[in-house]
Amino acid sequence: MKKESLGSLFWERFRRNSLAVSGGVIVICLFVLAVLAPVISPYKPNDIDRNSILMPPDIRHPLGTDDLGRDVLSRMIYGARISLAVGFVAVGIAALIGIVFGAVAGYYGGWIERIIMRFIDIMLTIPTFFLILAVIAFVEPSIWNIMIVIGLTGWMGVARLVRAEFLSVKERDYVMAARALGASDFRIIFRHIMINSMAPVLVSAVLGIAGAVLVESALSFLGIGVQPPTPSWGNILTLGKDNIEIAWWLSVFPGFAILITVLGYNLLGEGIRDSIDPRLRESERR
Amino acid sequence: MLTYLAKRLLEMIPTLFGITLISFLIIHLAPGKPTDALSEMNPKMTPEARERLEKYYGLDKPVMVQYGLWLKRIVRLDFGESFSMDRRPVMQKIWDTKQPITERRLFITFMLNLMAMIIILLIAIPIGISSATHQHTLFDKITTTTVFVGFAMPSFWLALLLMLLFGVYLDWLPISGLKSMNYDALPFWGKVIDRVRHLVLPLFVVAFGSLAADSRYMRSSMLEVIRQDYVTVARAKGLSEKAVIYRHAFRNALLPLITLIGLSVPGLIGGSVIFENIFGIAGMGQLFFNGVMARDYPLIMAILTIGAFLTLLGNLLADVGYMLADPRIRTGQ
Repeated sequence: MKKESLGSLFWERFRRNSLAVSGGVIVICLFVLAVLAPVISPYKPNDIDRNSILMPPDIRHPLGTDDLGRDVLSRMIYGARISLAVGFVAVGIAALIGIVFGAVAGYYGGWIERIIMRFIDIMLTIPTFFLILAVIAFVEPSIWNIMIVIGLTGWMGVARLVRAEFLSVKERDYVMAARALGASDFRIIFRHIMINSMAPVLVSAVLGIAGAVLVESALSFLGIGVQPPTPSWGNILTLGKDNIEIAWWLSVFPGFAILITVLGYNLLGEGIRDSIDPRLRESERR
Repeated sequence: MLTYLAKRLLEMIPTLFGITLISFLIIHLAPGKPTDALSEMNPKMTPEARERLEKYYGLDKPVMVQYGLWLKRIVRLDFGESFSMDRRPVMQKIWDTKQPITERRLFITFMLNLMAMIIILLIAIPIGISSATHQHTLFDKITTTTVFVGFAMPSFWLALLLMLLFGVYLDWLPISGLKSMNYDALPFWGKVIDRVRHLVLPLFVVAFGSLAADSRYMRSSMLEVIRQDYVTVARAKGLSEKAVIYRHAFRNALLPLITLIGLSVPGLIGGSVIFENIFGIAGMGQLFFNGVMARDYPLIMAILTIGAFLTLLGNLLADVGYMLADPRIRTGQ
């Protein structure tokens, strides 16, 4: 009963927040686009048409064509798949690492905590984008490696959050009770404490997806991310830069897609945060 | 104050040590090797030649031994020789003493980021304050929306759009490099104008991203402060609104922003790879990108170390700024 009412309370608040809902709609639309890509896109993303190279948008190609005569709209629809996959997998990896480190640090304390927190401080001091670049250079630039590298360099925020939650929760009575009943550390960490600290992790994960999408597109734009001919919004923009004097459509549309996607995740993430904990919002309005 | 500074500087040493160790391990344990790039390009490369090459660069030794050797040199600020064809010392590539200071890569990147930061502060603080003092007005709504879009804006796309508009269609501004071909022939003021024209777009792009975050932060921090009792007291004793905001509320609202600025340093440095690549600026970011493409270990390590050092320095300066702005911390209460 209690759980259900919490859930419906959340939904009630979320529904009234029009910005949050529009964020959710954007994310759902992206999902639909990515899943139905083969059905929706007017052309195959890698179909080369030598007779229509670098054509501006018209009826046959609503968003124009690129330097090989490929349809930009179709390539962008397939690009949504890349963007979604990278966002979710990278953040999944980051959240997993962050949860484990944060939980261990917060639960055990002592020297383990000090080492982990020091490690986090150090990781936060290395310019992340430099580190990602350095690693990408030594592994094959494939979509899988990009997901892994973005995940491995993005877990520090989640770890800090989880640790803070653990510190505030681990002395509560119900945790004591579980311990008194003889529950194992593993069980206490994952069954009793974790459940109660998932909300901020979820929010930070949704916002993290936005960050991962930005990093992937930047890497692909620099030519060390998703490799052509696989279409990604970032690598279409590279063509936009190369042909900036003659083909504006290659620069304008893919970037707009990135902007809307990132905006969608940001709105959704902040909407979830406001709905879970309205106090955070009230403090601003007070 | 001085003892505090000295303590903080000493604390930086183990952190820097940790950073270099982690970076070194990550780079050296990654599956690819610098010699891969050479053998891919040169089909005549025999396994024996490759081995000789690895021996020459010291890559045949265990990673920890390599790290020890690297550390021994780094203490003397010697970052080793670049792996690239020219074999120049890495330090010369970053800080070329044969060139005038304005042409040295570290200087270019440092100055660009510094200028961007000054611009960010000069714009973000007033925007944040007016947005807070005029909450729920049209101005506040417009800035809030702009800021939200600003958060989501990929900086390289913004750069492309600006290049399209001002460089290609309007043809007002140059889109590449930091000076024109005929720079040396220009009179003094011509040189100044030429520099400024080249800087407008890159600086705008670098500043824009942080501008959004910082003005937002300033706004919420100001909102928090102007509801405090002492601000009400200041109003109650008949001070003008201007005096209340700028003399009483402002200093306290500034505190969280100082921390944020310190934290934004790694992002700014990392971002320089992207915008230097787009605008064709010969700075550290571009050098790093080229080094990464050539798998040039010494160069990559040098720039990672310098980047981390600048970040630590930024954090330290933020803390010092915090102390200067907050007498409670200064007097150690």
